[in-house]
Amino acid sequence: MTIILSEHGPQDVAAQVGDGGALWLDRQTCADVSGWELKPEGLCRGDICVPVAQGSGAQYVREEQIDLAGFWGHMNKPFAKSRDNAVWAFGEAAAVRATELESLEAPDFSLPDLDGNPHALSDFRGQKILLATWASW
Amino acid sequence: MDNDIEAARPWIEEAKPTYPVLIDREHRVAELYDMINVPQAVWIDEQGRMVRPAENAGAFEAFRALNFETGSVPDAVAAVAGQARATYLAAIGDWIEKGADSIHAFDDATVRLHLGDANEDFAHAHVLFRLGIYLRHGGSDSEADECLAEASRLHPKSWNIWRQAADTLENGLAAGPDFWARVTALGTEHYYPPVDMAGMPKDPPPPVG
Repeated sequence: MTIILSEHGPQDVAAQVGDGGALWLDRQTCADVSGWELKPEGLCRGDICVPVAQGSGAQYVREEQIDLAGFWGHMNKPFAKSRDNAVWAFGEAAAVRATELESLEAPDFSLPDLDGNPHALSDFRGQKILLATWASW
Repeated sequence: MDNDIEAARPWIEEAKPTYPVLIDREHRVAELYDMINVPQAVWIDEQGRMVRPAENAGAFEAFRALNFETGSVPDAVAAVAGQARATYLAAIGDWIEKGADSIHAFDDATVRLHLGDANEDFAHAHVLFRLGIYLRHGGSDSEADECLAEASRLHPKSWNIWRQAADTLENGLAAGPDFWARVTALGTEHYYPPVDMAGMPKDPPPPVG
């Protein structure tokens, strides 16, 4: 099995490493780990749909399988993998993050406290928030 | 910004905060908000709008003047640090009281002016950091070190990445000789860039102690 570091933490999934660094996932797995779903319009997440490349050239959709690495490269989003192809991490493009910040909406996130209870920024809508960082190191 | 809950725990338990303290092992907040060091802060209003984007939270790099023998910094340097901190805390208080009318609350254009440019190397660094941290926890130390070193190479200004990784690379605190060498290499560049805030001292980095 392959570990994919998703927004929801590491997920152990069935995947096939293919030629040229491809990572083939079935459509459900792709949706689970990346939030991108295969629909008739293409690969979609939220309001955005990316038409699937047809014909010659790099194809990242094959039957009902998605090459997430190929799709990620096509979208100019960064990803990395361990040398043995056992662990993959898919990140967001800087341009996308920058656009989010330019909207001036504070990006939402959810993280656990010391007891493991999750807290989301959006839980505190309606209050002023000072989001401050620190570290033990 | 801590990988290791147990490293963070004593600090949290000592402080007994009345607000949530979250454990961000993968430095996700740093990636979302384009942060590079601690302490940094973002001010967010009741509607979820950023009033002040990620900035140095009133820290001053007094430590650069640390005298290793006495373990202290010159009084004048400590005073600047005290003024910086007091100014930042007072500004927060002003905003709590006055909201958008506070002089410290940025208008839209000013918030945008303070946002950094999109840098795809940094995005790549963040993903390598997540991978490296995961590999380290799984015991693949040497491959983890490579990922983390490459992450630092791609995002050299991120002290978050470098210092969190330094736990592994130096086998100790992230304040060993490598840290001091990296700080010294800054020269006249700031470790904590001065906050754009009325009343904030704009002193240059203090000379090495």
